[in-house]
Amino acid sequence: MFRPRLIPVLLIEDGMLIKTKKFKSGVYIGDPINAVKIFNDLRADELIFLDISASKNKKTISLELIETVGEESNMPFSVGGGIKTIDDIKKIINSGAERVILGSVACENPSFIKEASDYFGSSTIAVCLDIKKDFFGNYSIYYMNGSKKLSLPYLDFISKVESLGAGEIVIQSVLNDGMMQGYDLNLFSKISTILSIPLVALGGAGTMSDFRKVYKNGFVNGIAAGSMFVFHGTEDGVLINYPSKKEIINLFK
Amino acid sequence: MNVLILDYGMGNIKSVQKKLNNKTINIKVSSLPSDIIWADKIILVGVGHFKNAMNNLINFNLIEELNNFVMNKKKPILGICLGMQLMCDYSEEGNIDGLGWVRAKSKRFITNDKLKFKIPHIGWNQIKIKKNSNLLNEIEELSEFYFVHSYFVEPTDKNIILSQTNYIHDFCSVFQNENIIGTQFHPEKSHQAGEILLKNFIAL
Repeated sequence: MFRPRLIPVLLIEDGMLIKTKKFKSGVYIGDPINAVKIFNDLRADELIFLDISASKNKKTISLELIETVGEESNMPFSVGGGIKTIDDIKKIINSGAERVILGSVACENPSFIKEASDYFGSSTIAVCLDIKKDFFGNYSIYYMNGSKKLSLPYLDFISKVESLGAGEIVIQSVLNDGMMQGYDLNLFSKISTILSIPLVALGGAGTMSDFRKVYKNGFVNGIAAGSMFVFHGTEDGVLINYPSKKEIINLFK
Repeated sequence: MNVLILDYGMGNIKSVQKKLNNKTINIKVSSLPSDIIWADKIILVGVGHFKNAMNNLINFNLIEELNNFVMNKKKPILGICLGMQLMCDYSEEGNIDGLGWVRAKSKRFITNDKLKFKIPHIGWNQIKIKKNSNLLNEIEELSEFYFVHSYFVEPTDKNIILSQTNYIHDFCSVFQNENIIGTQFHPEKSHQAGEILLKNFIAL
């Protein structure tokens, strides 16, 4: 039986593992390698690393970190943050990552998606888009850490990303980030309806039943979460956690 | 024992190499035909487009020695993901011939249910074991492995199918035709079950 992947998202800022709320107020979580070891022991399905300081620092995530992650883990992982060139992607893949995630570059220069997927194959190239709902309930895509808004309607742009050869799309709902109050099911089902490639939902998980809801009602293939996997219950304590394979299989039955 | 991980410019070799690291075997990552002669076993990994992979095998001048290794010397070779598909007669990806070691075609997944079945098939899925082999020793029925692919292998001779997996329909997830073995999933990314499979291949 096929089941969706449950993917912990690890945010890296200047080499440290952190967690944000609505993209703001980063809380220090710890050493990324230690987290990887724990997720490996807990047999996580996959990991996503996003370096949120990469664009600011004008470089991609540290390759040393990726190599160490590759050595420590027996699971696939993707890497995003500050990727701008074919050479960036080459270095990250050669350091052991399964996939790269294109962020702002996909909005600034969409033709790069095609260039990258032609070179590396679609399954190596994922695109992550940040979506925010406005006062009137309209969705728009934002980039450059939420500072710039894309003028194209969000569904049109997502179709374009697919037609340019992306192998997977990660959609992050900005206002749900870190709130642990559930995924925006309406948003994900709208997007999944127009896509033929896998969709990964990110932003808002607070309980295990949120995972089930976004799979059953949002029609996503991958379910990513940050806070859920690094905090214990309320956000008082840092505790890296991940459900057992049995729990996961039962959850998505 | 000498194990060669063939580096022909198609994807992530490091992760396979790391999972094999073991003091009792010699591992080499190389793109030289002479290292095919050196090897007792070969692992053919691959991510990307079928056509690019075939072109690289040709341009690196590897095909003659590979054919010799597989068809004449009959030494064990493991194809992973695209590596498995390359072992077949033909692929719909690029509409071109493969290495032709196994009577099989690589076909694209097709579905009418686009909401449920996205392509590529990315994620963890179970294998249903169809035939016993030392390759699958100590691997439990319905073990999960990690898949990333848009094309699947359809062997002409169903007897070579060691396991099937269901996505849209049942497809061949592991085949073995004597010394020629292919896995559609990535054992190097599949936690413990994947480690056991790689260990079994080395022990064959």
